[in-house]
Amino acid sequence: MRFVLNGRSVSIDAPGSRRLLDVLRESLGFTGTKEGCGEGECGACSVLIDGEVVNSCLVAAGQVEGCDVVTVEGLANGAELSVLQQAFIERGAAQCGICTPGMLLAAHALLRENPRPSEDDVRTGLAGNLCRCTGYTKIIDAVLACRR
Amino acid sequence: MPEVTYLRPRDVADAARLYREHPTCRPLAGGTDVMVMLHAGALRPAPSALLDLWPLGELKGIRRVNGALEIGAAEPYTGIIRSALVREHLPALVAAAQTIGAAQIQNRGTLGGNLANASPAGDTLPVLLAYDATVVTDRRTISVSDFFTGYRKTALQPAELIVAVRFPLDGRTVRFRKVGTRAAQAISKVVMAVSREPARIAVGSVAEVPLRARDAEAALTRGDVAGAVAAITADIRPIDDVRSTAAYRRAVAQNVLRELLDASSRR
Amino acid sequence: MTNATASPAVGRSVPRREGADKVTGRARYTDDLVVPGAWYGKTIRSTVARGTLRSIKLDPGFDWSRVVVVTAEDIPGENVVQLIRDDQPALARLGGEIRHQAEPILLLAAADRATLEEATSHIAIAYDAMTPVLAIDDATETYSTIEIVKGDVDSALRDAAVVVERAFRVGLQEQLYIEPQGAIAQPNDRGGITVVGSLQCPYYVHRALKRALALTDEEAVVIQAETGGGFGGKEEYPSVVAIHAALLARKAGRPVRLIYDRHEDLAATTKRHPGTIRHRSGVRRDGTLVAQDIEIVLDGGAYCTLTPVVLSRAAIHAAGPYACPNVRIRARAVATNTPPNGAFRGFGAPQSLFAAELMVEHVAERLRVPSLDLRRKWMLRVGDSTATGQVLTESVSADLVLDAALKAAPAVRPSARPTVRHGRGLSLVFHGSGFTGSGEKKLSGKVAVECTRPGEFTILTASTEIGQGTKTIFSQIAADALGVTLEQVSVGAQDTSLVPDSGPTVASRTAMIVGGLIHEAAGELRERLAKVRKPKLPLRVDKTYVQPDSVHWDDQTYRGDAYPVYGWACTIADVDVDTATGEVRVTDVVTAVDCGKAIHPVMAEGQIEGGALQAVGWATIEEIKTQDGRYLNDRLATYIIPTALDAPRLKTILVENPYSGGPFGAKGIGELPMDGPAPAIIAAIHDATGVWLDEVPATPEKVLEACASS
Repeated sequence: MRFVLNGRSVSIDAPGSRRLLDVLRESLGFTGTKEGCGEGECGACSVLIDGEVVNSCLVAAGQVEGCDVVTVEGLANGAELSVLQQAFIERGAAQCGICTPGMLLAAHALLRENPRPSEDDVRTGLAGNLCRCTGYTKIIDAVLACRR
Repeated sequence: MPEVTYLRPRDVADAARLYREHPTCRPLAGGTDVMVMLHAGALRPAPSALLDLWPLGELKGIRRVNGALEIGAAEPYTGIIRSALVREHLPALVAAAQTIGAAQIQNRGTLGGNLANASPAGDTLPVLLAYDATVVTDRRTISVSDFFTGYRKTALQPAELIVAVRFPLDGRTVRFRKVGTRAAQAISKVVMAVSREPARIAVGSVAEVPLRARDAEAALTRGDVAGAVAAITADIRPIDDVRSTAAYRRAVAQNVLRELLDASSRR
Repeated sequence: MTNATASPAVGRSVPRREGADKVTGRARYTDDLVVPGAWYGKTIRSTVARGTLRSIKLDPGFDWSRVVVVTAEDIPGENVVQLIRDDQPALARLGGEIRHQAEPILLLAAADRATLEEATSHIAIAYDAMTPVLAIDDATETYSTIEIVKGDVDSALRDAAVVVERAFRVGLQEQLYIEPQGAIAQPNDRGGITVVGSLQCPYYVHRALKRALALTDEEAVVIQAETGGGFGGKEEYPSVVAIHAALLARKAGRPVRLIYDRHEDLAATTKRHPGTIRHRSGVRRDGTLVAQDIEIVLDGGAYCTLTPVVLSRAAIHAAGPYACPNVRIRARAVATNTPPNGAFRGFGAPQSLFAAELMVEHVAERLRVPSLDLRRKWMLRVGDSTATGQVLTESVSADLVLDAALKAAPAVRPSARPTVRHGRGLSLVFHGSGFTGSGEKKLSGKVAVECTRPGEFTILTASTEIGQGTKTIFSQIAADALGVTLEQVSVGAQDTSLVPDSGPTVASRTAMIVGGLIHEAAGELRERLAKVRKPKLPLRVDKTYVQPDSVHWDDQTYRGDAYPVYGWACTIADVDVDTATGEVRVTDVVTAVDCGKAIHPVMAEGQIEGGALQAVGWATIEEIKTQDGRYLNDRLATYIIPTALDAPRLKTILVENPYSGGPFGAKGIGELPMDGPAPAIIAAIHDATGVWLDEVPATPEKVLEACASS
C-alpha cells in the first residue's frame, strides 16, 4: 500500500488486514506508537489519519491507502520540538512517557480543531488516552499553555 | 491462523458482489469492534477476508431524502455530532454519539457497525428505536424494531449490507441518558431514549437485545407517567454481569425513565 | 573543575533528563527494541484454580520442530521464583499442585506469533481438579502473622467511656501500568543470559535468574529498559517474566521476546492485597483516644511473594497518624487459590489507613463532635510515640498539612441537579519512608559516583527511572553536592554488570536513602578531587548504606523505630453523588504533603497527583470480580481506570518540614499520595448522602443500595 507517513511517501508490501499499529512498529520501524491494550481502550496507539486522531490498533493497514498518517515521530521539525512537545517537558506532563506519544497526537488534533479549548474541552479531547502516572493535571496544563 | 485477505471494493455494488462471492468475509468499517475481535481471534466464524466499506463515499454523508434524514452506514460519529442537520432534527443521536468512547472511537465508529454488531449495550440503538428509524440495506428496508432478533443477532440475510439509516422528520423530541461504567470510554449499564409523543421508551443493556419497553409505553400513551415507571421493570430482563447487577439495572432504569419523563414535561 | 557559581539544581523544576526522548518517540521501551533473530515467547497457563497437574500432551500431528517447548524439566537451577519464601515454582511440575488460575505451566517460543497460536491449540493439559479456597474467610493457611502491642488495650477498652467498633473491606486493585510486562532474553558472551526488561528492581531479577538458571553473578546480566510505569507491579513480577524468557532463550539458543498483552497481564500478574480490617477504638467522654484494637486479614493469593512485608507495613500504619497509649494490632496474611498478590504503591498502608481514618469519622459521629477536632486532639506531634513505641523526634507535620489543606480547599459548590448531592471529606495520613525496621540495614544499598573525565561525572546506581523522576533528582542532588552544573552529570544505565545494587526502587526510599548515598558519595568525590591538582581519572567513590545509630528496631518484638522518618499528607475530597444512579463523581481533591524537601517541585506534585488519582480509582471504579478464582475483569474494557473526564481537579500543596537524615532534608513521597483519598471519598459520600459505606470500591451499585436501604 502507498501512503504518506510524517510527510514522506511510503510504499510497503504488507497484508491489508494487518493492524496499522503493527505495520508502523514492525514493518516500518516507527516504534513511537505504543500498544497498551490492543482493544482501542487506552489510546497509546493513537495516530493521525488525515488529521483525525484514531487508534491504530483498530485500523487495518489497507485502510490508509492514499492517506496522510502522522505519528509522534512526525511532530518535531527536525531537532526543533513542537510547542506542545516543549510544554510537555517543561510542565511535567510526561512521567513514564508510555502514554505520551498518543497523548501528544490527541492534543495536536484537539488544538487544530479548537485552538482555544477550555479545561473541559481538553479533558474531553484527551478522554481516549489513559494515563496512570500523572493524574492528567499537568497534561491538561501543558495543552492549555499552548492555546493560541 | 492464516492471514486474512483484505478486500477493497470500488463501490457498494462491487462490495455486495464480493460479499456474495466470499460469504465468510467480514464487512469492516471503522474497525472499532471487528479489529478488536480479529486480533483476539474471537470472530466466529473465522473470516477469510475483510471487506473494507470505509472508503465508500456512498456509505458516508448525511442528507435529507423525501422528508426523512438519512445517515450513511459508514459515516463516523464525529460527522454525526458535527452535522447541523442532525443537531437540529435528531439531538438525541448527537447526545448518544458523544457518549461513545472518546475522540478516537468517535472518529471511526459508525451506525452501520453499531447495528451489525447488535450488542445489547450499543449506545445509539435505543435512540434509533425511539426515533422509529429504518435500516436501509442494499436490498430492502428493515424497521429498527424488527432488526434485533436475538443476542447479537440481526434480521440481515447472508451477504446483506447495511447502506444507511433513515429517520422520519416528524418533530418528535427524544431524550437520552446513558449510565456508563465511567465518564468516557464506557460501556453502558443502562442506556435509554424516551419520547413522549409518540410514546417510545427504548432501553439497552437490560436484555439480550436493545428493546422497546412496551408495557411502559402503553402506560405513557395513557399519560400515566407513574405507571410507566412501574411497568418498565416488567418489560426488561437484566442480568448480573461483569459490569453491573440486575437489581441495579432495574432500579436505575426506573430512575432514569422518571428523570427523562420529568425533563420532557418541563419544556 | 567545580563551578562555585553554578546555581543550585535541588529545589528547581529542571527539565526531565529523558524528557526529549519521551516526547519524540525516541525512548525505547522493551517491545520497541529490535533484536535480530529473536523468536516470540508465550506462557501457557492453568485453567483451574486448584488441582494436580496430571499431564501435558503435545499433539504429535503438529510439527513441533518449529517450536521450542520448555517445561519444569528444563530448569537447570532451582524451580523457584526467588523472593521470600521459595514456595512459588517458575513452572508447575508434572504431578505437582496447581494453586491458581493462570499459573504458568509451560513455555513456547517460535519464529512468529502465528506459529505460537497454532502450537497452543495443539496442547492438551489435564488436571485432577481440587476444591479451591477462594474466600478470605475460608483460608486455612497463613503466610505471616504480626502482633504489635503497646500498653494494655483490654483494660483501656474496659475503662473507656465510649467504644466504637467497625469492620472494613478493601478490594483488589491492578497497577495498570500502561506498558504491559515484558522481557527479552538472550544468551550472552559470558556463558550466561542477558535479560532486558520493563522492571523496577534489576537486582531482584538478577537474583531470581541466578537461582533458576544456575548462573553466576557475572553470567546473569539484567538491564532495565525504559519502563512505562511500575507502581510496584514491576517490583517482583518481572522475575517471573525474566526467568521464563531466559529459559526459552537458553533452550532456543537465540533471543526470545516475551511480551505480555494486556489480557494476560490483567489475568495473571500481581494485584493489591485485598482484605478486611476490624477496628475498635476506645475514647474518654472528652474525646481523648485511649485504646485501639485492630485486626487485619490480608489475602496473599496462592503464593507468598512479598506478602509478609506488605502485612508489616499494613500493621505498622494501622493505628493511623495518632498518639494512643494502648494499642494492639493483630495482623495475618492468608493464602487463597487466587493469583498471587504483590506490591502496589502503598503496600498495605492504604488498606489499613482506610480503616483508621474512617474510624475517626465514626468516633466523631458517636460523640457528636467534628472529626476535625478529634484529629487535632489525637494527631502525632514531636515527642509522641507511635504504636510501635517509636518516639518521633523531628519532621512531624500532621498539623502543618492539615492546616495547609484546609486553607487551600475550594469553596463548596452545591450541585445544580436535584438528584445530585455534594459532599466533602477529609483524611490525615502518614507513611514511613524507606524499608521497615532493619530492612535498609539488610539491604545495604550501594551507589557510586565517578569522575570519568575532567568536568564529567556519572552516577552508578541500580535505582530505576519508572516515571517518578529518579534520573533527574539524582542528577540534581549530585550536581549540587559536586558544585557543578546538571549538564556535567549523567546517570549510567541500570545494568547489573555496570552498577552496584542500590536496593529496589520501592518503599519510598529512592530520594531519601539512595539519594542520600549519592549526596554523600558526590560530596566525598568533590573533596577528593579538590585535594589534588591533577587527579587520576576515572576517580570513583562508592558508598554503602549505614543505618543511623539513632534508629533502633526489634524484629522479634516488633517494637521501636519502624522507619527513620514519616511523610505526612492531608486530603480533602469533594464528590457529587447522583442518588438516582449511585454514581460518585470526585470533582476536586486537594492534597497537602510534607515530603521534607521537594528536590524537584513539579515532579513531587506529579507523584502526588498521580498517586491521588490511582487512589480515587481504587475507591470508586476499579473493581475486580472473580469467578472460580479467575478475574472476570481481564480486559481494559472491563478493568476501568479514570480517564481525563473522570479525574477530579487535583490541587497540590507542598509543605516542607525537612528531615535531618535526608539529602537536603528530603523524605519519601512515592507512596504517601495513595493513602489519603479513599477514606476521604467515603467520608464525602457520607457527607453527601448520610450513608456510610465500609468498603472500597464504593461502586454505584453499592452506593445506590446503601442509599435505598437507609
